[in-house]
Amino acid sequence: MNVNGESISGEVEDRMLLVEFLREHLRLTGTHVGCDTSQCGACVVHVNGVSVKSCTTLAVQAEGGDVTTIEGLAINGELHPMQQAFKDNHGLQCGFCTPGMVMSAIDIVNRNGSDVDEATVRKELEGNICRCTGYHNIVKAVHAGAKNMGG
Amino acid sequence: MYNFSYQKVSSIADAVDAIQKAEDGKFVAGGQTMLPTMKHRLASPSDVIDLGGIDELKGISVDGDTVTIGAMTTHAEVAASSDVQGAIPALANLAGNIGDPAVRNRGTLGGSIANNDPAADYPAAVIGLGATVKTNKREISGDEFFTGMFETALEDDEVITAVLFPKADASAYMKFENPASRYAIVGVFVASSGGAVKVGVTGATACAHRGMRLEEALNGNFTADAVDGVEIPIEKMNSDIHASAEYRAHLVKVMTKRAVEACS
Ligand SMILES: Cc1cc2nc3c(=O)[nH]c(=O)nc-3n(C[C@H](O)[C@H](O)[C@H](O)COP(=O)(O)OP(=O)(O)OC[C@H]3O[C@@H](n4cnc5c(N)ncnc54)[C@H](O)[C@@H]3O)c2cc1C
Ligand code: FES
Ligand code: FES
Repeated sequence: MNVNGESISGEVEDRMLLVEFLREHLRLTGTHVGCDTSQCGACVVHVNGVSVKSCTTLAVQAEGGDVTTIEGLAINGELHPMQQAFKDNHGLQCGFCTPGMVMSAIDIVNRNGSDVDEATVRKELEGNICRCTGYHNIVKAVHAGAKNMGG
Repeated sequence: MYNFSYQKVSSIADAVDAIQKAEDGKFVAGGQTMLPTMKHRLASPSDVIDLGGIDELKGISVDGDTVTIGAMTTHAEVAASSDVQGAIPALANLAGNIGDPAVRNRGTLGGSIANNDPAADYPAAVIGLGATVKTNKREISGDEFFTGMFETALEDDEVITAVLFPKADASAYMKFENPASRYAIVGVFVASSGGAVKVGVTGATACAHRGMRLEEALNGNFTADAVDGVEIPIEKMNSDIHASAEYRAHLVKVMTKRAVEACS
């Protein structure tokens, strides 16, 4: 598979989850695990351009696919506009949910465009749970990030 | 999760062959129900046979009055399909409200109906629209497909290939959702075609079923008021921490009324 633009190969047990492969084999520990019920979204990565829960995908199922994690967003040390927007708008406190939030947020903008309305953002963040920030600033950050992504 | 042997197949014949050879094999589609169940060790198949590489199970086509959706079509694809939006907007809307975007990007129509969760959304549409489930062996009507809680008419080596949804003159789906998972506490799909009304109810009982009493009341008087006089028996209603049997019975009527209103 291709992870953050780099071609990766490895032998894994059939039962290994994609998130385990990313964290334990590749040491890409930005992708988090916050639950065992597929509900929290801390593990969201992009596979072939769309958001998926890497805790609910087998590593072997992503074989040959293009995977992007939070580590793959910044280019030459410059934050992705959505990452910058989370920073600027206090869209995080402890940061645990943030990688998943950012990956989901980019997916939302990719699907709905950079002028996505607030109701859509709130509805589509349904699969991402934050224990500390409260969603207000997260939604604000997604909007700011969406504008910046639009150019 | 206990270990298993994973196999990705590229044809229906290979999938059937693989499951027949396996000691205790299971198909996996989107994995959005299978993998959580296996992580909790509530299921531990010896072999997992991935249907994701079978192209003939994917895709949406409209032919006359029938919308055919391949079993491996994801919820996100159904929601975004202009064909489905045009032919049966309520179905696109239903798919777009299952779980969350990441679940919709992997979860499939075939997986949803094969799993037959009592609170799943698609079964209400299969029943409400009078759809037909196509497998590698036969065609099964929606009314006969769902047989009990997590139980269907499927045999162990039977693969759902597609679901054939007839267009309706008007249809709507209303669900009262669990705020955590977005599964239906009660969901009602109402469809009206050529004056005949069908009602598919999910979330309320062991599995999705036709709301016969509601249909009776609505045939000939397709208005929300017609629902008022219907008595919903509570004996078979689910009762759990989310909602009591009485509350669910009440919700069946409220969701039906909202769906009828949305049809007009
Ligand atoms: C957080 C979360 C929220 C959710 N919310 C909702 C919701 O609001 N409403 C809702 O309806 N659902 C919800 N779901 C369930 C989701 O829709 C699942 O995608 C769906 O129930 C199962 O589809 P799948 O493709 O993932 O199937 P899998 O999990 O891969 O398989 C499920 C079962 O179906 C069998 N199977 C799969 N495909 C076939 C086939 N073609 N032929 C024969 N057997 C087959 C498998 O063997 C397995 O037994 C939610 C799931 C999660 C994780
Ligand atoms: S860790 Fe994947 S959804 Fe919680
Ligand atoms: S910032 Fe702490 S969980 Fe969201």
